[in-house]
Amino acid sequence: MASIPILKEREKHIYRKGAEPFNLTCGHHSLAGVVSQRACVFCGSRVVLYPIADALHLIHGPVGCAAYTWDIRGALSSGPELHRLSFTTDLREKDVIFGGEKKLHRALVELIDTYQPRAAFVYSTCIVGIIGDDVAAVCRQVSREKAIPVLPVHSEGFKGTKKDGYKAACEALFKLVGQGPVDQISPWSINILGEFNIGGEAWIIKSYYEKMGVEVVATMTGDGRVDAIRRSHGAALNVVQCSGAMTTLADMMQARYGTPYIRVSYFGLEDTSKALYDVAAHFKDNPAIMARTQALVRGEISAIFPELQKIKAAVQGKRAAIYVGGAFKAFSLIKALRYLGMDVVLVGSQTGNDADYETLRDMCDDGTIILDDANPLELSKYIIEKRADLFIGGVKERPIAYKMGIGFCDHNHERKTPLAGYEGMLNFAREVYRSVNSPVWRFAPARAAAGKGASPC
Amino acid sequence: MLKPSPKAPKFTVTRNACKLCTPLGAALVFKGIRGAVPLLHGSQGCSTYIRRYLISHYREPIDIACSNFSEQTAIFGGGANLKIALDNIRRQYDPEMIGVATTCLSETIGDDVPMFIREYRESCAGEDLPPVVHVATPSYQGTHMQGFHAALQAVVDQLAQGAAEAGPHVNLFPGMVSPADLRHLREICADFDLPVVLLPDYADTLDGPLWTEYQRIPEGGTSVTAIRSSGSARASLELGDVLARAKETAAGLLWKRFEVPCHRMGLPVGIDATDRMFAALAEISGRPTPENHLRERGRLIDSYADGHKYVMDARAVVFGEEDLVVGLAGFLGEIGVVPVVCASGGRSGHLAACIAERFPDHSQKGIQVLSDADFVTIETAARDAQPDFLIGNSKGYSMARRLDKPLIRVGFPVHDRVGGARLLHLGYRGSQQLFDRIANTLMAARQTASPVGYTYI
Ligand code: SF4
Ligand code: SF4
Repeated sequence: MASIPILKEREKHIYRKGAEPFNLTCGHHSLAGVVSQRACVFCGSRVVLYPIADALHLIHGPVGCAAYTWDIRGALSSGPELHRLSFTTDLREKDVIFGGEKKLHRALVELIDTYQPRAAFVYSTCIVGIIGDDVAAVCRQVSREKAIPVLPVHSEGFKGTKKDGYKAACEALFKLVGQGPVDQISPWSINILGEFNIGGEAWIIKSYYEKMGVEVVATMTGDGRVDAIRRSHGAALNVVQCSGAMTTLADMMQARYGTPYIRVSYFGLEDTSKALYDVAAHFKDNPAIMARTQALVRGEISAIFPELQKIKAAVQGKRAAIYVGGAFKAFSLIKALRYLGMDVVLVGSQTGNDADYETLRDMCDDGTIILDDANPLELSKYIIEKRADLFIGGVKERPIAYKMGIGFCDHNHERKTPLAGYEGMLNFAREVYRSVNSPVWRFAPARAAAGKGASPC
Repeated sequence: MLKPSPKAPKFTVTRNACKLCTPLGAALVFKGIRGAVPLLHGSQGCSTYIRRYLISHYREPIDIACSNFSEQTAIFGGGANLKIALDNIRRQYDPEMIGVATTCLSETIGDDVPMFIREYRESCAGEDLPPVVHVATPSYQGTHMQGFHAALQAVVDQLAQGAAEAGPHVNLFPGMVSPADLRHLREICADFDLPVVLLPDYADTLDGPLWTEYQRIPEGGTSVTAIRSSGSARASLELGDVLARAKETAAGLLWKRFEVPCHRMGLPVGIDATDRMFAALAEISGRPTPENHLRERGRLIDSYADGHKYVMDARAVVFGEEDLVVGLAGFLGEIGVVPVVCASGGRSGHLAACIAERFPDHSQKGIQVLSDADFVTIETAARDAQPDFLIGNSKGYSMARRLDKPLIRVGFPVHDRVGGARLLHLGYRGSQQLFDRIANTLMAARQTASPVGYTYI
């Protein structure tokens, strides 16, 4: 086949385990002219803040940024659903020329009057910075007029990467923290950070903690509420889920309120159990919590064990490729896939840092490809070379896999199935099974062509 | 003339936009040119979001490169980035054309893209450089439809050449229709024995089979050579009533510059509109409408007779791109359905006139036209209008769900069903499919509402 060329500048972002020395470049701005799978600063902010369901989310800018992100995420709410509406100032030419501040002010006032939110977030997108709108000033003014917090989020797309968007979001959130009453909060209490309730995942996690006897003060931000966030500084511990998204907030809360934090992942049996045990261990003054945790973990695992074993028998030995946003998710995925007896032949992330990639290198088998900020050409080159049977990624990666006759599992924010916790692991295993073992791949020309020597499917 | 509804108070904010941004339309046009790679000049988020949005509908790999602005780029201008991007695209994709569309950001900072491209060309003197077509697509000036038509015009403007004698071929500008529509149009032209330059033609690039080898640029599309020959076609056909009222169009340009006669008509949906297209093709080719199409027409009318009572006086809410709305409304009128609300996020200013032309009795019928409308406005109007069904893209689903009325999915996007690319709307055949879906939807609604549960209606 016509081989797929790798750009010289990109070679440093690709590493084959076993090759020495290990030097993988990361944390760079994407190269011009490549089709990066990354999004922008605004995307990062939005991922973190949008699940707050009783807040108003107004995107200040031209229509696209809002239109493309309307209700695309499976972040569920048990009550208000203001976050599922897409509000934008939809800037027009005259706004671009004369400035959008007046329009922004009018927009906020009418939205707050109509929807009565508990707080409002105003996202600045690319051109807002360029046309010089003083978004913070408008926010302050409306906040005074309407007596609710109106928080600017500095998320101009070009001013950094998605990670900077996480940071901007955490800074906005931090302005809410510390504003509510904390007197009723138990000493055995936590905040769940970095859990966005995709497909109801936060509810699953929260139910574990409740069964353990641990109070959850605020979930940030899945099924989030402004008032809960305002009293979150009253929790005894912050439990931060993997992705770098909310570590900034945990750091800020530690510095100002002395709230300690631990990092966890709720993906896979091993990591979920470790998360729960770590929290229980933190509350050693209450041994009943640990006892309940042990019972919980046992009960949950034995409930799903038989079906997991069946699936394992069906997918064992298959090869998987992983390409996700944050590297932390990849760690858990590698463990979960290994639990199912699968081999990981490619792993990459949009935004991993040096330490992340070192961990990945240590976790991976020889020959595994490690990629930073990959593009469709590179991904396809290596999934073909490594004869993957399964690709785990987001919507943008899905058709690459399918075209080559490879199964796919969506592990992004757009999915609607919960993959966290024990039942999430079962859902994950089922999805892997359904895709990898589907009889349709028999008809895929690439699989037929690779027939001899390829793993039987 | 039909006036926009006075009932809808004008909200400053756009709530759940019923439109997308300009570069999306431009990228789609470039995807319909053989060997072309679209390049968005701006920051990464826009292209990633646009890709994700398109991929979710077409379910195909869609590479759109980006010049990936950073903060420095936004300050010092995007010239250097654009040139690197062009280089990198050539190295990775070896394209036959590169289509550069600007974004809000590059337009706002005032990048002189034509100059950058000229400089790039000069710096590549002696190299085999593919054509680089540029289109200005700031989103604050219009919707994705403006982007679509602007890109068409740019392509024709920058590539078309005249010839001493007119060729045997005809240019067909179908508008933003589905891959299935494009295939059908190609087939119709073939049946008239008319060679056709169909622009754009993403029938294969966005709806192709699985691959044996990875395709850097999917096969298919109209070639640059064919586009060059559009200046010597024997005629152009341009579909869309709203488009026909635009000051400048691709076909208009070919007429002005090369005197290629231009036939303008609405989208061929329904008998009347399709008859007009066939009459034009018959005139251009000097052949009568081919027998197979006459038979298709016959069957369509036969089905009208069989189903007319199920659809008569039913009330429909129609929404989406302006030209599609006009086409559908005309078709609905033809079968006795009243399009009580005709709505679009577009703001050409011609929607009301086009609907009035199709429905001289619009005020007796109580037809409301909404331009520059968002989904909240459309829903309010729809609630008052008490429709029997809605017809439009899948973004209307939540509205349909709240109104508890069936939604017939047409156009773009269809993000919640498979087969969006295979929906056929045009010609006698497409009208047949629409008619059957509409009649069956109404029959199903009757069946469901009946306490008896008839199996025979
Ligand atoms: S900035 Fe403009 S081009 Fe980019 S997504 Fe927003 S509206 Fe579209
Ligand atoms: S890059 Fe800028 S304009 Fe584009 S989606 Fe992100 S914030 Fe919006």
